[in-house]
Amino acid sequence: MRLRAATGLGRIAGGLSKSLRRGDGFVIGGRVVLAACPDALSRLVAGRRVVFVSATNGKTTTTRLLAAAIAAAGPVITNGSGANMPAGIVAALARPPVGVPADAPAVLEADETYLPGLLAATTAPLLVLANLSRDQLDRVGEVAMVARRWRSVFAATVGGLTAVANADDPQVVWAASVIPDVTWVSVGQRWTADSALCPSCGSILRRSNDPNDPAWDCVCGFRRPQPSWQLETADLGDVATLVGPDGARYGLELQLPGAANQANAAMAVVAANVLGVDPAVSVPPLRSVASVGGRYQTVTLAGRQVRLLLGKNPAGWAEMFAMLAPAPAPVVVAINARAADGKDPSWLWDVPFEKLAGRHVVATGERRHDLAVRLLYAGVMHTTIADPWADASALAEIAEPGRVLDAVGTYTAFRELLRRGGGADDGG
Amino acid sequence: MAAESTLRFISIYPVLLGTYGDGGNLQVLSARARARGFEVEAIELEAGAAVPTTADLYLLGGGEDDAQVAAARALRADGGLGAAAANGAVVFGVCAGYQILGAIFPGSGGVPEPGVGLLDVTTDRLPKRAVGELLAVPTFEGLHQPLTGYENHAGATHLGADVRELGRVEVGIGNDSVLEGAVHGRVLGTYLHGPGLARNPELADLLLSWVVGAALEPWVQPDIDALRDERLTTVRPRR
Repeated sequence: MRLRAATGLGRIAGGLSKSLRRGDGFVIGGRVVLAACPDALSRLVAGRRVVFVSATNGKTTTTRLLAAAIAAAGPVITNGSGANMPAGIVAALARPPVGVPADAPAVLEADETYLPGLLAATTAPLLVLANLSRDQLDRVGEVAMVARRWRSVFAATVGGLTAVANADDPQVVWAASVIPDVTWVSVGQRWTADSALCPSCGSILRRSNDPNDPAWDCVCGFRRPQPSWQLETADLGDVATLVGPDGARYGLELQLPGAANQANAAMAVVAANVLGVDPAVSVPPLRSVASVGGRYQTVTLAGRQVRLLLGKNPAGWAEMFAMLAPAPAPVVVAINARAADGKDPSWLWDVPFEKLAGRHVVATGERRHDLAVRLLYAGVMHTTIADPWADASALAEIAEPGRVLDAVGTYTAFRELLRRGGGADDGG
Repeated sequence: MAAESTLRFISIYPVLLGTYGDGGNLQVLSARARARGFEVEAIELEAGAAVPTTADLYLLGGGEDDAQVAAARALRADGGLGAAAANGAVVFGVCAGYQILGAIFPGSGGVPEPGVGLLDVTTDRLPKRAVGELLAVPTFEGLHQPLTGYENHAGATHLGADVRELGRVEVGIGNDSVLEGAVHGRVLGTYLHGPGLARNPELADLLLSWVVGAALEPWVQPDIDALRDERLTTVRPRR
């Protein structure tokens, strides 16, 4: 049997890669499976309910929360490690945990550029679509192009496509509104700079002056759809509330910090509801998720406690300042610009780093000098150190060794910190 | 211009023309002018608003196709930018903003769209999108240091008789794989993101010297030198 032979080969290749210390071997295994059996994905998902979670920000966390939410009702298979391109998805499906039945639902994080191709391999998936904003412009392309591509593929997909989508993000609404069955959720849109224009006609969208009012519309008639679910976000430390179509209120008790994670949790609960899992069942397990792919994990680096945070684009950074230990606590910021980070770090100028004033920032990573110039012009005190974890004394002068130190990294810089700190890739 | 008067810098429609971090150019110019003792009023113009004609310097950044067309139409209908340039204001356009300063550029779906015509350049489509580091040797008077930046565009820009290029391309595409940028009087266009003025302080100070009518004293910053060294070393082909 070709699929079985291919997954066997993939397991061997993955194991080999792992034993050669070339990474965790996961994605390599998936690549081998796909090379040996190009239709592996459609065969691996046959007979399963498939959910694709896609967005610029929060897709790994939302996938994790949704898997936790529906696991309360039965076994689930998921690509929890953030491997969200076809090879990673195939690898996850080809190596299900022991005891997961062949018809268990699959909750799959999907890279926004690969989502269209993934749709072709699946039947009647549920899409969970939260936000689109600028990220890795060299690879992903401009936001309007991504939204346009989503829309044309969604429109061309025949048979049973359904979606849970954020009513507050005009680009998401533009793409999802061609899907006949959409459950609209209002989870807010904190970064609006990539949806200034109407995606339908190109006019400037009208928005409320009140930043808490998510309403938007256009002269052409394109407007925010009426959401059936509504998130009422809460300040740090408080509990957000999700309000259902019947007015029922659900407190979202989370360990994950910040408003962005409240939005991720709301998307997950509504998606679980569409899958037939009532919020009374799906909400309590959300609290069990403490760390996703190492985010918010505290590890030991250079003999000190370091809390790891992922900051990879302006919309993500917009949430970051409230999550950091308050000033004057120092912070380490690690900037890389490899393929998975986006090769152009000029997005650093879209982040209001002026908000770090009053702290001492350690600029590190392969593009630490880009960050240092940004901080110079922002008037933020900073020191550029190639490897702060190898130079404990330099770091000790900036940050008191006894305190937990926050370190924010771009995707590959964050993964490097996690690896060096010995953190669990998917702890929590 | 006297030091005691306030310099006015206007960023044109940053919500439309600010996709690639070019908002940083306004910050860089403002900080560099203040470091030399000038007072600066930095204004971000709301999308579609009338362009005041009395500012000293105008900035246009990169943007997505539809946003570029919307900005060009608003600027043509308004006419303020052209009036300001005719009064001797400095105009600096990057990428989509550079193309808008020219006569014509490819709009949504490649349909040709008129620009504001402040630079004698026309833009059509490159066969393949130019994405990556851009390095050019300056040829324009007053510039001596290599020009470094990041480009991400699909435009091939052709220079007319009335403009001069900014430099010759060493790595990347720029206008057309040979030349980069265009200058006419005090209007300057380029494909350098990064932002371009953060990575090229000499270019920033050239624009400021046009604004104040005199050369500026040096403002040496080790952070900027380190960034330039790192980029030039990494990007330059090894010989």
